[in-house]
Amino acid sequence: MSEQYRVYAPFIGPFDPCPPIKLKYYSTPPQLFLGFQPQNLPQFSPYEALAKGTLWPALFSPYEPKNS
Amino acid sequence: MWVYEKKLQYPVRVSKCDPRMARYLIEQYGGADGELAAALRYLNQRYTIPDKVIGLLTDIGTEEFAHLEMIATMVYKLTKDATVEQLKEAGLGDHYANHDKALFYNNAAGVPWTAAYIQAKGDPIADLYEDIAAEEKARATYQWLIDMTDDVDLQDSLKFLREREVVHSQRFREAVEILKAEQGKKTFY
Repeated sequence: MSEQYRVYAPFIGPFDPCPPIKLKYYSTPPQLFLGFQPQNLPQFSPYEALAKGTLWPALFSPYEPKNS
Repeated sequence: MWVYEKKLQYPVRVSKCDPRMARYLIEQYGGADGELAAALRYLNQRYTIPDKVIGLLTDIGTEEFAHLEMIATMVYKLTKDATVEQLKEAGLGDHYANHDKALFYNNAAGVPWTAAYIQAKGDPIADLYEDIAAEEKARATYQWLIDMTDDVDLQDSLKFLREREVVHSQRFREAVEILKAEQGKKTFY
């Protein structure tokens, strides 16, 4: 997992029926923070950009499946 | 007018025979936050939005159709060789009864697509905020789809599509900034 997530610890009740998940995660990808994109940001190589889905590392948001 | 290029925007390879995944993927085909809803929403809103952002809606709406094709390809590959018995086991018995192996615009629960999923309010800020929300919801849907398969090749294509939602959201947010800056001429960006 990358740094593009936040964690919180939900309340765990004493009588919950199932084993608790102690920490919960949610995505906070870069578009939430960038504002208007500045000019001349560093770029991926064309091949890398095609594979990643964006030309700019500043907008790249890796995601790993939760069960991995 | 459109020019069609007979290839996918990003390669779709499916390595695991998992017809059940097709049932989940159909959410992005005919679901409320799916690619069809996105394409039709943007390509319709663009007529009544300030000139400066019409092109953005055209470009993104067009790209959503390219994504729709990728989802269709995934669903087709996962179902085309399945027996009726396999489809029933995968939870696609209802689908088979209604559509054989044809694709259809419905969500993962089989609810058919409806124009009520999309809005064109005519207010540029209201419309763009809906578009941003739509991109974030589609991004989340891709996350849950990635979580639900262990096929790394399918995950790869889904990760590409998720990244495109991130970029589209960024561009819609910039469109809002452009429309905000128009009046006061505050060029703070």
